[in-house]
Amino acid sequence: MTAPYLNRSARLAVGAVCALLFVLLLAACGGDGGSASTSSTTLQNVQLITVDAGPANNDSNVGFISVTVCAPGTGNCQTIDHIAVDTGSSGLRLIASVLSPSLGLTQQTGASGQPLVECTQFADGFVWGPVKLADLTIAGEQAKSLPIQVIGDPAFPNVPGDCSSSGPNEDSISVFGANGIIGVGPFQPDCGTVCANFVVPGAYYLCPASGCSNTTVAVTSQVQNPVGLFAIDNNGVVILMNSVAAAGQNTVNGSLIFGIGTQTNNGLGNARVLPVATDTGYLTTIYNNTAYPHSFVDSGSSAFFLPSGILLACPSQYSPYLCPPSTVTLAATLQGGGGGSSAFTFDVANAQSLFTSAPNAAAYSGLGAENNDAQSFDFGLPFFYGRTVYTAIENKSTPGGIGPYVAF
Amino acid sequence: MPFPVLRFPAAPLLAALLLLPLPALATLGGDASTPQADQLHMKAALRVSQRARYAVHEIALPYGTTAREYVSPQGVVFAVAWEGPVKPDLRQLLGAYYELYVQAPPNTRGAHNAAVIVLPELVVHSMGHLRAFSGRAYLRSQMPDGVSVGELK
Repeated sequence: MTAPYLNRSARLAVGAVCALLFVLLLAACGGDGGSASTSSTTLQNVQLITVDAGPANNDSNVGFISVTVCAPGTGNCQTIDHIAVDTGSSGLRLIASVLSPSLGLTQQTGASGQPLVECTQFADGFVWGPVKLADLTIAGEQAKSLPIQVIGDPAFPNVPGDCSSSGPNEDSISVFGANGIIGVGPFQPDCGTVCANFVVPGAYYLCPASGCSNTTVAVTSQVQNPVGLFAIDNNGVVILMNSVAAAGQNTVNGSLIFGIGTQTNNGLGNARVLPVATDTGYLTTIYNNTAYPHSFVDSGSSAFFLPSGILLACPSQYSPYLCPPSTVTLAATLQGGGGGSSAFTFDVANAQSLFTSAPNAAAYSGLGAENNDAQSFDFGLPFFYGRTVYTAIENKSTPGGIGPYVAF
Repeated sequence: MPFPVLRFPAAPLLAALLLLPLPALATLGGDASTPQADQLHMKAALRVSQRARYAVHEIALPYGTTAREYVSPQGVVFAVAWEGPVKPDLRQLLGAYYELYVQAPPNTRGAHNAAVIVLPELVVHSMGHLRAFSGRAYLRSQMPDGVSVGELK
């Protein structure tokens, strides 16, 4: 195919549109509130993150973005706000009730044409709904025919018993606390080889009209981390959050930047690269000369989750949060596989005081909580405040090595 | 065969039994026979080990998840715990206490990495993220003397 011929006036018109788009892009991206001095001129890889109380007014320390989804190959699109940013999972999941009935996403099917439906497990419950294909746009990035999950779709009302046996149902905005979630963690498919090799109860199902049955699913047909399917800037994400005052804030902004070392605004700089375990995503925390090998860094966690016994727990009405008598500064080191490590300090405040003195705040930098896993520190969104944190996707090349890793 | 006359009636009897609702396989709070029932239900391998104050029945699922059931000297399952890429069947593990657990209001402010349910008798802790979950549930009144919650992992 040859380049289309354009006469002079058409070329001028294209030039004017390009100039206008350039100005609009700068204007759209310039207000992202990031604290780093990103002197980039290629800002199509930056999406604004906002922490607020969420669509059900019940969230703390949850960061949200907007995304645009389209029926594949069409201009039939919808932009949806309040999508929680989660580096602890992979894949885009949207609550069905926020989707326009006319959007018309494509149902993902198994080999014999039967609808593929997923039960996605979280620590606090599960969501249920079909896998659909969508063209996704975030900032200037696009993933075509991306497998996503639609949560609580009335077309699949019957939750299989081995799915509803995995905890509370979270198929509504009020319980889920968001209009959706975007998993941009270190893994590309959500379940991975476990669901390709085993019929796992409470995972993937084929659901013909006669009913649902458990199924294996090839990793490429599973719900996917959208970033890995972008045409460019597809090796991971950078999350850059502004600092939060110790007393708490009603809102705080940050940036979700796509790619690591792919543009002038996402270089690793002096960040330490910490490879995560390729099966679990775990790192090791060293605290007080003790190793905690089930540790992780997760924007989808709302607090610093510490093993029991390090700090005083709150009275039961504030469970599972921590209530040290006064704010405590803890020193820890995170270690990755292969020897990378990074030492840092973080503050944990009295959660009861935070909640009672700033009841309308949605961002608390010193929020700590008890972790039932005695081998685990979980560094949630408060860890990200005032930091730049990199999450590299498995098997993707970056200037800091091949993912999966976390760097900061 | 001592009662050949029963050979033919047995088939419809067996079929009728299979159509009956399954007996309640209550585990948490149940007796020591329930780990075997859970093992059968989950098609898993079972290993029993004796500790000082209780026995641990460990169920290893083929896809990598491990469930443990803690049995007191009185023969009561006073706690369960799990770890792995996918949560085990919690309705099976928690038995009669499962409905109490799922109806308790969430308390982690919109985050999905953790749930802590503290009820007068039942306590449930669930932690983790995609591909790496862990948790435990225990009955406060059934904990043997000298056993700490931190041991249940």
